[in-house]
Amino acid sequence: MKFKSLLTTAAIALGLATGAVAQDKTKVGFVYVGPVGDGGWTYEHNKGRLAVEDHFGDKVETVFVESVPEGPDAERVMTQMALEGADLIFTTSFGYMDPTINVAQKFPNVKFEHATGYKTADNVSVYSARFYEGRAVQGHIAGNMTKSNIIGYIGSYPIPEVIRGINSAYIHAKKVNPDVEFKIVWAYTWFDPAKEADAATVLIEQGADVILQHTDSTAPQAAAQEAGNVVTFGQASDMSEYAPFPRVSSIIDDWAPYYIARTQAVMDGTWESANTWDGIREGMVAIGEITEAVPADVKEEALALKAAMAAGEYHPFTGPLKKQDGSDWLAEGETADDGTLAGMNFYVEGLEGEIPQ
Amino acid sequence: MIVLEKRPQPSKAWSYATPLVAVLATMVFGGVLFTILGKNPIEAIGTIFWEPLFGEFAFYYRPQLLVKGAPLVLIAIGLSLGFRAGIWNIGAEGQYIMGAIFGAGAGLAFYPLDAFYIFPIMVISGAFGGWLWAMIPAFLKVRFGTNEILVSLMLVYVAEQMLASVSLGLLKNPEGFGFPGSRNLQQYDSAHNAELIAGSGMHWGVVTALIAVIFAYVLLNRHMLGFHIRLTGEAPRAAKFAGVNPARLILFCLGLSGALAGLAGMFEVSGPSGVVSIDFNVGYGFTAIIVAFLGRLHPVGILLAGGLMALTYIGGEIAQSKLGLPAAAIQVFQGMLLFFLLAFDLLTNYRIRAARSEVA
Repeated sequence: MKFKSLLTTAAIALGLATGAVAQDKTKVGFVYVGPVGDGGWTYEHNKGRLAVEDHFGDKVETVFVESVPEGPDAERVMTQMALEGADLIFTTSFGYMDPTINVAQKFPNVKFEHATGYKTADNVSVYSARFYEGRAVQGHIAGNMTKSNIIGYIGSYPIPEVIRGINSAYIHAKKVNPDVEFKIVWAYTWFDPAKEADAATVLIEQGADVILQHTDSTAPQAAAQEAGNVVTFGQASDMSEYAPFPRVSSIIDDWAPYYIARTQAVMDGTWESANTWDGIREGMVAIGEITEAVPADVKEEALALKAAMAAGEYHPFTGPLKKQDGSDWLAEGETADDGTLAGMNFYVEGLEGEIPQ
Repeated sequence: MIVLEKRPQPSKAWSYATPLVAVLATMVFGGVLFTILGKNPIEAIGTIFWEPLFGEFAFYYRPQLLVKGAPLVLIAIGLSLGFRAGIWNIGAEGQYIMGAIFGAGAGLAFYPLDAFYIFPIMVISGAFGGWLWAMIPAFLKVRFGTNEILVSLMLVYVAEQMLASVSLGLLKNPEGFGFPGSRNLQQYDSAHNAELIAGSGMHWGVVTALIAVIFAYVLLNRHMLGFHIRLTGEAPRAAKFAGVNPARLILFCLGLSGALAGLAGMFEVSGPSGVVSIDFNVGYGFTAIIVAFLGRLHPVGILLAGGLMALTYIGGEIAQSKLGLPAAAIQVFQGMLLFFLLAFDLLTNYRIRAARSEVA
């Protein structure tokens, strides 16, 4: 076993040596889970890539492959980028975690950055954004905007990142509207306009007049527009083409500063494996313009909430909070620690339904 | 005026020539597409077809062709037997998923035991899972005369839900911090479908695919059952007089294609993929249908077609990252291949003739 893997490494190192000779530009690779035109998650990562190109100009070369399935295909795409001489590779979906670690082992001199995962190595960093801070603002607006008191939520996969968002949105909707109820549909996809539209339609038929989404396309916005009086929020990207209504605000992932900083670190030789989790304060999470469809006082409160998080004065998960089963979670004034948040696998009190498992 | 005239006998020459003509036409029209996208067509097509085989990093891509092609060939071989007899299993993707679930489930049940018999048990379980899933449309067709195309296709979506369910529940990695997905079988030696020779891409799935090609060839050419399969497809009435039992043939063809698809899923999950996850399936079961037809439903043809398909996948990825071609353009390119194949297929059964237009 050992001998075999030694052989593999030797073979690949040989290839690497021949590939890395004539190279002065820093080469940065991006692996995307969706198409760059998804208008959401991948679109924003690609904007980050373009920002890297803008910032460094001739000193950098970027490459990308889009719509890469999570699994052996991702491993091959990453290996290919490393073979072609990439110095830094961003792998931008949770499902790329094991492939990233596998490829990183074979290419110890290439730096890898995996989005939203938890496995690190000497040459693998992980990074993610505190989307749940944006969800707090969204929940606040949603709780105020709903008339039917039913808020629909399109979940992608029941993983901690998504569950955190649901909890955060619910807590803040409930604060301003004690009668509010969440209906959650799991789409089991990050990007599938047809499925997302179906999910939105089902939620609207069940009486939801606000739709929150953790999927990447604008299909739910289109479904809401068709229904007429349903409020939505842009996800990952601004989705401003649906403003001022149904899209009344958005959570925007701004990866550009992080991508530029990490590329710079590789150029300077100061790159180190890190675990980055930035939010509104650092600018990785932004709140898109709140439109005039939202009453002025609600908008003001929402902006105040955002400012409080930016200043580090407010944490979206502040006690007293109980878990769904009624057991105590956070005491009065206590805030959730990052460890619990990172692995969050429970709903807070008041949410109905079970997390699929 | 040009008219189509049916040939008295399908042209043997054309049936061999059409795949080649289709590939050439795809290159020409694909080249036009790439030119419109502002890329050098020679370079783009060269990257797709040349780079994986003879490029600088071919030492890595060639083994990857086996990894990518093996499940396609294995599934397509099973499908081709049914297709020849007019039995349409469209749900190989679902059988592939069930094979993976059964195979991985059997392996994980032994975790962390270290024993030589675990992998063979997984192989049998994987084949059984796929077979079982294919037996549903087979049984319904034999017993109630349902349409196997619809039933097998619908069961794909059921299988996808099962996959999501076990990824989140039954097979979830207890040490995975609540994230969906099973333990990684690559890190469990007794259950790992490792490369037989490091760096060669040869894993048990590749070996099985090659055995399946030989087996199918012998079956179709030397065995009574193979004769029955061909006869049923080509002349159903004659088959009846020859004493073919249609129910048995349906059970056999669907069962075998299901078992092979299940094996493909099992070898994939225990080898290249490693984990049962919600997005485990990436469409091999559907692509295999294209491979089966591209290979003229002939075992050797399927072997070549599987290789060609794998080549366009891997070459397509290289073209994306090296030349900045969009993924959609690569998919259009692959679609063209099937389109032209079916289009030129016409020439096997018809000939084009210039006819005088007659005054009515």
